[in-house]
Amino acid sequence: MKKKILIGIAAVVVLAVIFGVLQALVIPKYVTNPEGLLTGEYYAHKGGHDVIFVGDCEVYESFVPSVLWQEYGITSYIRGSAQQLAWHSYYLLKETFRYEKPKAVVFNVYALKYGEPQSEAYNRMTFDTMKWSDVKAAGIIASMTEDESFLDYVFPLLRYHSRITELESEDIQYWFKSPEAMTDNGYLIKTGVVPMKESDPITDAPDELLPERAMEYLEKIRILCEKNGSKLILVKAPTNSRGYWWYDEWEEQIADYADKNDVAYYNFIPKAEEMGIDWQTDTYDGGLHLNVYGAEKFSRYFGQILANEHGLTSHKNEGSIAKLWNGYLNEYQNKKKEMEGNSK
Amino acid sequence: MLFTSYGFIIFVAVLLAAYYLLPKRIQWIVLLAASYFFYSFSGIENFAFIIATTLSCFFVARAMEKRKEKEDNYVALNKESMDKEARKAYRAREKKKRFNILLLGLIFNFGILAVLKYTAFALGNMNSLLGLFGVSKMSIPSLLLPMGISFFIFQSTGYLIDVYRGKTYAEKNVARLALFVSFFPQLAQGPISRHADLAPQLYEHHSFSFKNLKFGIQRILWGYFKKLVIADRILVAMKSMLGDTQTYTGAYAALLIILYSIEIYADFTGGIDITIGIAEAMGIKVTENFKHPFSSSSTKEYWNRWHITMGSWFTDYIFYPLSVTKPMMKLSKSCRKRLGNVIGKRVPVYLATAVTWFLTGLWHGAAWNFIVWGMLNCLVILVSQELEPLYRRFREKFPRLTASYGYHCFAATRTFLLMGLIRSLDCYANVGLTFRMWGSMLTTFNWGRMLGGEIFELGLDIKDYVIIAVAVIIVAVVAKLSEKKDLREWLYGKTALSWTLSGAMLLLILIFGAYGIGYDASQFIYTQF
Repeated sequence: MKKKILIGIAAVVVLAVIFGVLQALVIPKYVTNPEGLLTGEYYAHKGGHDVIFVGDCEVYESFVPSVLWQEYGITSYIRGSAQQLAWHSYYLLKETFRYEKPKAVVFNVYALKYGEPQSEAYNRMTFDTMKWSDVKAAGIIASMTEDESFLDYVFPLLRYHSRITELESEDIQYWFKSPEAMTDNGYLIKTGVVPMKESDPITDAPDELLPERAMEYLEKIRILCEKNGSKLILVKAPTNSRGYWWYDEWEEQIADYADKNDVAYYNFIPKAEEMGIDWQTDTYDGGLHLNVYGAEKFSRYFGQILANEHGLTSHKNEGSIAKLWNGYLNEYQNKKKEMEGNSK
Repeated sequence: MLFTSYGFIIFVAVLLAAYYLLPKRIQWIVLLAASYFFYSFSGIENFAFIIATTLSCFFVARAMEKRKEKEDNYVALNKESMDKEARKAYRAREKKKRFNILLLGLIFNFGILAVLKYTAFALGNMNSLLGLFGVSKMSIPSLLLPMGISFFIFQSTGYLIDVYRGKTYAEKNVARLALFVSFFPQLAQGPISRHADLAPQLYEHHSFSFKNLKFGIQRILWGYFKKLVIADRILVAMKSMLGDTQTYTGAYAALLIILYSIEIYADFTGGIDITIGIAEAMGIKVTENFKHPFSSSSTKEYWNRWHITMGSWFTDYIFYPLSVTKPMMKLSKSCRKRLGNVIGKRVPVYLATAVTWFLTGLWHGAAWNFIVWGMLNCLVILVSQELEPLYRRFREKFPRLTASYGYHCFAATRTFLLMGLIRSLDCYANVGLTFRMWGSMLTTFNWGRMLGGEIFELGLDIKDYVIIAVAVIIVAVVAKLSEKKDLREWLYGKTALSWTLSGAMLLLILIFGAYGIGYDASQFIYTQF
């Protein structure tokens, strides 16, 4: 009997190991689509930031932490991910507060247009590389689409098992190791240039105001920041595309909210010209997102606001921090050069 | 709640824990609560029907049994004063009264089934008829069919008939009968159990047995393997072919017949394996519903191996009683007189067979394709029966050939294809379309195109076909081996091998199963009947 029990235990252990090995094999490695790695890259950098950015692609394509450091000595990290909705941002921020208490939290308001979970793929990109905790569990539950199941997050093999017949070389290469960091403190460098096509601004009203559920999460974010002693700053990153239009009605709604709650709010769309953004050269996708040249211009402009209006001071004279961040700056510049070289 | 959902697996795990942890005297109550909880997922409104069936069967069975007790007491008390003839006459009168009570119960329950399942079909056909005479059409109500109604009504009416025949007892506790009617593992797709077999097991106390649990889990895994790795993977190609019947003719019709045969086998037997496995884990033995049907050499043998409990229900409660009804006896007599013994004695048997198969078809669904399906099965069985002397002579003339393995394979393939051909009526769900597809197999020669690469445009690539083929081979090998011995019993003493095979099966399901996002969560085919 004792032997049978031992065999049983050994069998369960072996099964669990095989399960784990197979799971590691089929999980997407996100090497060719690094947006799925953004959440996980934070853990190597956690702690000690003046500013944390949260939000969707407009965040990780618009703010360059190395430029903020270079110009103003401000340390920052972007906890952004593709189509990061308000609840994603809330839970990522909640997790971030477990590691650090930044002086300011910058939240990009564009994703507030979504009041319901949108896509499993984006949920996955936000949560797949997030460390397990009660916050992650709550975040998944708040974000799941109708077709999704919580168990699929706990055991990703259940979700990705069909990839077994579609494996690529990167699945083998990164079977037991993570790909190298793809971002500069959360900023995803894009050096391409696709000029914006001429288009008239949209003048009609949106189908609906910013949905209630998204606004509830904005309020939760505000309260969370307040509790953790961080200043919440709302921004709308500069974009110029009919695809990502920011309506006047939404602008009014956010401005009212900010006003009522004594929160700073900056809409940078009308300031694009002032900060020197040229929509023919500073966007990689026709005005949807800024490329690295546009993002650097915007970061310089925004850094000034952080320093002048929100009292963030420079750490350039603080030995260890300066050393670390000058290293990051160097890496960023090299990566940028390398990518520019590749694109030529 | 789908059998293939995570929710169902968690539900079963929690139930098993509660079943063995709570006091044994309330095990059956736990099962009843679980069964009603499971049923509630199909819609709270459906409870009205399952409760109506339970209550009607409870009172009808009790009434029959009370009358029987009264009859027995009366005969015992008047043993002296009644002669044999008087006793016989009294018993016949009482039997007639009990039969009337039974009839009431049957009419009520089959009435529910008829109204819910067949109203739209009947009105649709009447409208077609009225249309021929230019009469305005009646509106057809849209009635939702409660989950498992064909199964629980057949099981319940079987119980009533068995009580009437004295083959089982009438339940004295309505809650116990409610469990027999609603026992959740078999609620959705059977098997159709007999009260005498199942009920005592449901109510008796079951101690935890590691062997039962292990066997149950192994059977459940086997069911999921068939359902998720084979049936639901094939479903993708089936949907493509059924979605464009203009394009997918000829060779595709032949492919569909083969794939559908495999799919429905894997789907239905997989579901039954899960049902039997869950019951087995609780120490309850549910009747087997399949016995390797695709190894059958003849249609008759096939129907003795496929959906056995449905077949025996129709045989015991329709075919035999119908064969011995007074009108049938009269017909038999008259036919023998007019047509001679050889033909005359066949007429009532043929008629009873035809009625049985007509009803079997109708039970599967309220549509002409099912009726034609039933009648074609009937035709094949009767023709085979008539040709039996010819076969016998052939077997006598070529004993070595007909006893060979090769001949058996030929006969099994022939039966498989013939049954598949008839089964395609169920799949195309339209008699005219099915016949056109059969015709296209003879007139459209597109095998080259299909096998030349178009077969991979049905939603399955080469890897999918390889997975299906390997899985089918595994199922076939296991079926062949289990004909000779009970594999689980054989494995039971071999702990390491048993764990290895169970673990491998679990991993095969997890990796190669067609489940989760990207695949349609597919309910078992037989739940729609």
